[in-house]
Amino acid sequence: MSLLELDVRMTFDKFTLAVENTIALEGITALFGHSGSGKTTLLRIIAGLEHNATGRVAFNSETWQCNSGRTFMPAFRRAVGYVFQDARLFNHLDVAGNLAFAQCRASRHSTTLNRDTVVKALDLSGLLSRTPYTLSGGERQRVALARSLLTVPRMILMDEPLASIDGRRKREILPYIERLPRDFGVPVIYVTHAIDEVAAMAENMLLMSEGRIVATGPVTEILSRLDLFPLTGRFEAGAVIEARVIAHDIGDHLTDVAFAGGQLSIPLVDIPVGSPLRVRIRARDVVLAMGETTGLSANNALHGVISGIREDAGAMVDVQITCGSAQVISRVTRRSVRRLGLALGTAVIAIVKSITIDSHRGNPPQQIPQKQSSGGDIAPEP
Amino acid sequence: MTGSFDFSPLWLSLLLAAVTTFVLLIVATPLAWWLASTRSRIKVVIEAITALPLVLPPTVLGFYLLILMSPTAPIGNFWRTLTGSTLAFSFTGLVLASVIYSLPFAVQPLQTAFEAVGRGPVEAAATLGASPFDAFVTVVSPLALRGYITAAVLSFAHTIGEFGVVLMVGGSIPGRTKVISIAIYEHVETIDYASAHVLSGAMLLLSFCSLMLVFIANRRFPVRIG
Repeated sequence: MSLLELDVRMTFDKFTLAVENTIALEGITALFGHSGSGKTTLLRIIAGLEHNATGRVAFNSETWQCNSGRTFMPAFRRAVGYVFQDARLFNHLDVAGNLAFAQCRASRHSTTLNRDTVVKALDLSGLLSRTPYTLSGGERQRVALARSLLTVPRMILMDEPLASIDGRRKREILPYIERLPRDFGVPVIYVTHAIDEVAAMAENMLLMSEGRIVATGPVTEILSRLDLFPLTGRFEAGAVIEARVIAHDIGDHLTDVAFAGGQLSIPLVDIPVGSPLRVRIRARDVVLAMGETTGLSANNALHGVISGIREDAGAMVDVQITCGSAQVISRVTRRSVRRLGLALGTAVIAIVKSITIDSHRGNPPQQIPQKQSSGGDIAPEP
Repeated sequence: MTGSFDFSPLWLSLLLAAVTTFVLLIVATPLAWWLASTRSRIKVVIEAITALPLVLPPTVLGFYLLILMSPTAPIGNFWRTLTGSTLAFSFTGLVLASVIYSLPFAVQPLQTAFEAVGRGPVEAAATLGASPFDAFVTVVSPLALRGYITAAVLSFAHTIGEFGVVLMVGGSIPGRTKVISIAIYEHVETIDYASAHVLSGAMLLLSFCSLMLVFIANRRFPVRIG
């Protein structure tokens, strides 16, 4: 695990960034926030690209910047990989040349990381002799990723690498990024304002708003906090639950998953029984019922107790329901809350349509999945 | 006529232009890079000074340079104690004058090219472990190749074509400071139109070819950024 200590300030125009956090980096840490919240600026400060930032930056107790810029380790000595939103490949070199540029400037040497490993991991063998301007956006980002890996960085900073790539291509690249920390042992800070990218890949997240980090913690925890809902997404907001596959129904194209609080049927996911899986349930897709209901098309009914209510200025009320150790959030109208008499401690049933549930292959941080499932609380189906 | 014709002014002009272009690219590169990347307030002052040779009458520039190079002036005196010869009316003096006179023709294309490259590739190179100098040599310069070609051709052509400055600073010493434009002028003055034709024709061809080179280069090495 790496430790990044930040105590930095930077002001430009009317915007002030002030971050004072010590961040434990492991796996993928999402840096999430609305446009203009200062995510990119913070990333650039960490990389050493902002000379006007004052304060202190230290990584694993090595000081990178201190005392209002009197100590300033230049970017090229920090051994930090940076994947820019616009890739920034060198157009006078072909893909192989871009990779070689990085490789021969690697500050540290790695016995396990040679060019072929990286080329293979990112499927670049067919692109090596191409010039950057003939590549698609997704290919460019894969090359940029490979290029920064070849410098053997101590961490990789990614600034919305998928922002200019359309939805389908995006899903093709996500797995490459998701694998990085495990395959190459390098922590990643991933800037995004797309909540689905956070839910799909990140273990932890930093929530940024108006130049400050307002919350840090595991993704599941941050996304189920009602008080952070205005920042975690107005329409896309929802809870993320770590679950495990218990059965597949090939005929109906459904997968059953279990978590410490109930079971869900979700659209078929092609991974083995026993695998960890992360599901995301959007608040607007959850219906609340006061008792058992019949004659509903929805497949999932989770029993729980209301553990939080947050009223918005408009018609909406967000209701947090605790089911076992997990939380589900339902977005209902003010009228429904009054009509049903919803209050803290009320027992309710959260009803969720299967097809509205998003699933992402889980990547549990520390534990090795196989061992956990054999002795875990959920027995895999034979 | 061709056997005895004195082509030395042509060779002298070519030599002067080649040396001047070489010196200019070395001098103009850091200056243009600084102008392209600085946010300093004195940038506009330096830009204006760099562009002065574009608007000053060559005789004015030549006059001041002649004053500066005279053995009584500090620069001229320094040169004399250093080398034992005067700076004015020498080939070295011509190179110095030409470098100043053609400076904007090297600085401006380079500055534009560096600005087109922008900070992006430099920052990318830094995050890949390249020092600023390394990044300049291996990333910025190749990306600004077209700017270098334009700067070189324009500096070369402009130096060949100069008249007023070299007349003031160099005089007309055959084989040492009598360049092609001055030779043509003297041929016309002595009503030797045939010789003037030969040299003028050579100039016309040379100028046309160098401009062609610029346009071909612009086609061959299109700037591709981002």
